[in-house]
Amino acid sequence: MIYLQLYYEFFKIGLFSIGGGLATLPFLYDISDRMGWFSYEQLADMIAISESTPGAIGINMATYAGYMGGGFLGAIVSTIGLVTPSIIIIIMIAQFLNRFKDNHHVQAVFYGLRPASTALIAAAGFTVITIDLIRVELFRDTGAITDLVNVRALILAVLLFYLSNYQRTTKKLHPVVFIAFSALIGIIFNFAG
Amino acid sequence: MKVLLDLFVTFARIGVLTFGGGYAMLPIIQREVVETKKWATSEELVDYYAIGQTTPGVIAINTATFIGQKTMGILGGVVATLGVVFPPLIIISVIAMFLNNFADSMLLQNAFAGVRVSVYVLILNAVLKLWKSSIIDKVGIIIFVAIFTLSIFTNLSPVVFVVLAAIVGLLTKMKKGATEQ
Repeated sequence: MIYLQLYYEFFKIGLFSIGGGLATLPFLYDISDRMGWFSYEQLADMIAISESTPGAIGINMATYAGYMGGGFLGAIVSTIGLVTPSIIIIIMIAQFLNRFKDNHHVQAVFYGLRPASTALIAAAGFTVITIDLIRVELFRDTGAITDLVNVRALILAVLLFYLSNYQRTTKKLHPVVFIAFSALIGIIFNFAG
Repeated sequence: MKVLLDLFVTFARIGVLTFGGGYAMLPIIQREVVETKKWATSEELVDYYAIGQTTPGVIAINTATFIGQKTMGILGGVVATLGVVFPPLIIISVIAMFLNNFADSMLLQNAFAGVRVSVYVLILNAVLKLWKSSIIDKVGIIIFVAIFTLSIFTNLSPVVFVVLAAIVGLLTKMKKGATEQ
């Protein structure tokens, strides 16, 4: 029965959380309160693990919470519960779009949506960059101007930007090469410290 | 069958290579889906993200469903989605099974602090590529600047921005249509 409950709870999260993985958080706190499958502390660990493993945060959280609630099968059931509403809704929208994509009203809507979508992605990127590169909190604590900017991360960012855009021998490399290179640099230069 | 398998494997690979959510997935999708497999164009990818941010569910899943459905119909949508959730399902379950203090490991923390920097740069590159296909005139620049600024300085839901932009798009095109006639 636990599996049916897990499916139902995560189906609801999939249906009501709009706008990305962290939007699932309030729902997970609610599940913690009502079901007791995991504690708030475990939820905090879950976020840290979800953010530092491959995969979208929302999916990772569902898998982890499902595992805490019902083992490996619980993880599968919760993840499938989370994606069910998306699959249904998106397929309906996609079929609508296939039929009406040449309609000029639909095209006018997308004419407005494309810059908006690009802006939202840029803003999301900008927000996380400033959290990591500009350390306002640390600066406030220490008052040292050298603490305000995370110099090592900034140097790595500039280097990666150059290599992935302007250096002819490296700019066609698969993104994963840059990710692996950064992981190595992070370990060598103690980035988290 | 071959295409379905290809969809599953490609999206599983995207799932493995994504660190930190739907936005971090964008550069990988751009490479795998738009440039290598040519299952969708850059414009379509922007459209899917716009819809993915306004509809329920995780953006990464929504985008996978869209591309799968475009390539192979409903079954393609389901298979691509299962592909993208498959790697985290295995990885997270193994972590939950064996490593309770996984997040405390200094080695991993350092590695991921490095990985985050590359993810930012890759997102920036992805945005620069999207810019070329999505912002084609002055109205586009105005929409971009307005929403970029508002979404950084306010807590409004992306749904609000997307709806506003759709209305602006409709009104602009209607006005243009009226002056042309």
